[in-house]
Amino acid sequence: MITTIAARELKSLFLSPLAWSILAVVMFILAYLFLASVDAYLTVQGQLAGIEGSPGATDIIVAPLLADAAIILLLVTPLITMRILSDERRNRTLSLLYSAPVSMTDIVLGKYLGILSFFLILLALLTLMPLSLLLGTALDLGKLASGLIGLTLLLAAFSAIGLYMSSLTAQPTIAAVSTFGLLLLLWIIDWAGNSQNEASGLFSYLSMLRHYQSLLKGVFNSTDVVFYLLIVITFLTLSIHRLDADRLSH
Amino acid sequence: METEVLVQAERLTRYYDRNCAVRNVSFQLNKGDVLGFLGPNGAGKSTTMQMITGNLAPSAGKVSIEGVDLLDSPKKAKGNIGYLPETPPLYRDYTVDEFLYYCARLHRVPRNRIRGAVGTAQERCGLDSVRDRLIGNLSKGFQQRVGIAQAILHSPPVVILDEPTVGLDPIQIREIRTLIRELGREHGIILSTHILPEVQATCNRVQIINQGCLVYSDTTECLEQQLHGNTLIAAFNAPPSLDEISAIPGVTGIDQLPDQRLRIHYENGRNPAETIAEEAVAGHWRIFELSPERRSLEQIFIELTCSEPAMHSKDTTR
Repeated sequence: MITTIAARELKSLFLSPLAWSILAVVMFILAYLFLASVDAYLTVQGQLAGIEGSPGATDIIVAPLLADAAIILLLVTPLITMRILSDERRNRTLSLLYSAPVSMTDIVLGKYLGILSFFLILLALLTLMPLSLLLGTALDLGKLASGLIGLTLLLAAFSAIGLYMSSLTAQPTIAAVSTFGLLLLLWIIDWAGNSQNEASGLFSYLSMLRHYQSLLKGVFNSTDVVFYLLIVITFLTLSIHRLDADRLSH
Repeated sequence: METEVLVQAERLTRYYDRNCAVRNVSFQLNKGDVLGFLGPNGAGKSTTMQMITGNLAPSAGKVSIEGVDLLDSPKKAKGNIGYLPETPPLYRDYTVDEFLYYCARLHRVPRNRIRGAVGTAQERCGLDSVRDRLIGNLSKGFQQRVGIAQAILHSPPVVILDEPTVGLDPIQIREIRTLIRELGREHGIILSTHILPEVQATCNRVQIINQGCLVYSDTTECLEQQLHGNTLIAAFNAPPSLDEISAIPGVTGIDQLPDQRLRIHYENGRNPAETIAEEAVAGHWRIFELSPERRSLEQIFIELTCSEPAMHSKDTTR
């Protein structure tokens, strides 16, 4: 049942030009960034070769690419998630799901997996860029994998937040703006953490950026993974409760 | 007589904030029934429909579908319902075929039967010619039919249709009514509407809801009798004196109306129309109108809500 809903979600994303144009724009920008860093690497390659323990292709090309991808996807996620529930609420199609023999959890998980599979497609395309380097050089595959896991977890968290915001309103634009606001806040919240006050530890723990950076460096720490999973679970649970509240009271 | 109870609603109550939209509504639907839910706008029809389909949780009360409690095991109970809400829930970016296949999967129609179920539903709702068209491009009437097809697709024992003929042209309305009568043979149907003739054309039982309370529940025939009332409207160009008419057996009272019309009240079961016509011809009263007065739904509402606040029910099945 969950897969039925997920399949419909993915399909309807691709029925609208939105998904295609987002894929195209994101790929274009990332490809440009990728080529730029390959070019930069080629110019410094000669000097690096002489230095003992100097950073390799993975550090100079792949890690910055994934870091940039995270920023770009932060901007793009709200556009993908905004319609997921708010559109159904506005068009009053939610009652189709409410009166079918499916639970609220099925609905939320189905929708969530739908968005997630879109992002996995995007991620698969993105991965092809660093993998193409294998034709000419050796890569630190462990580091690449750790970075990709980081990006996947990050997108999972983004999508959960977007889904929840979309469940709150009947206006896709409001969902998009509030998702963007919350994502950005969680991204930069550790800027406040740099100052020396008591709450700084909490702020820097909440920052999605910080957890992502350690994964990019190839440090696979279960704290970071748990952080993202907690965000996903929290926001999915909130979404289920929000849909339930639809039924209960107004 | 043993009847299979499909829907049992007990003392349903629903508040919106402090506003009571539905108060203590109880009824049941038996197999083979087409139950018309009648009421003016804002009477609580849709709210009741939403409660029995699980779209809204009642503030108090109980619903069971085929003996399965809707609140305790919603998944199982919802499997036995087909629901067309006021606004048909259609994905505009899907074709009719795609949409119905999706609905079939959503309602857990076994994979090998999906094609057959979709085909049957399309045929019954006259959708064969538009199966490859985008729902968004269809006319309102066809969209409504897709909505109905979606509700009967998984052949649920209970079909609930909320104002199914709104926005259709007269021919389509007739087709939909025929369809509903056909469906009524195999399914139990609850139909909400504010159009009286619709209930008379399709339903065998009627419930009238007003301001959240059930004020009337009976068979359609009984409602017809109530509607006819015991009055005639007669008009004469050379009216006789009122006494002459009062003398006709069965007549109990006369009101004078504008335009030389008279409203003639008569005793139950003793319709004096025939005698009046004969007397009129014999006495050269130059009669130009003689008709049973059909009371409008509004009058019945007023009567039911003013004279009898408690629920009026002669329902034998209860």
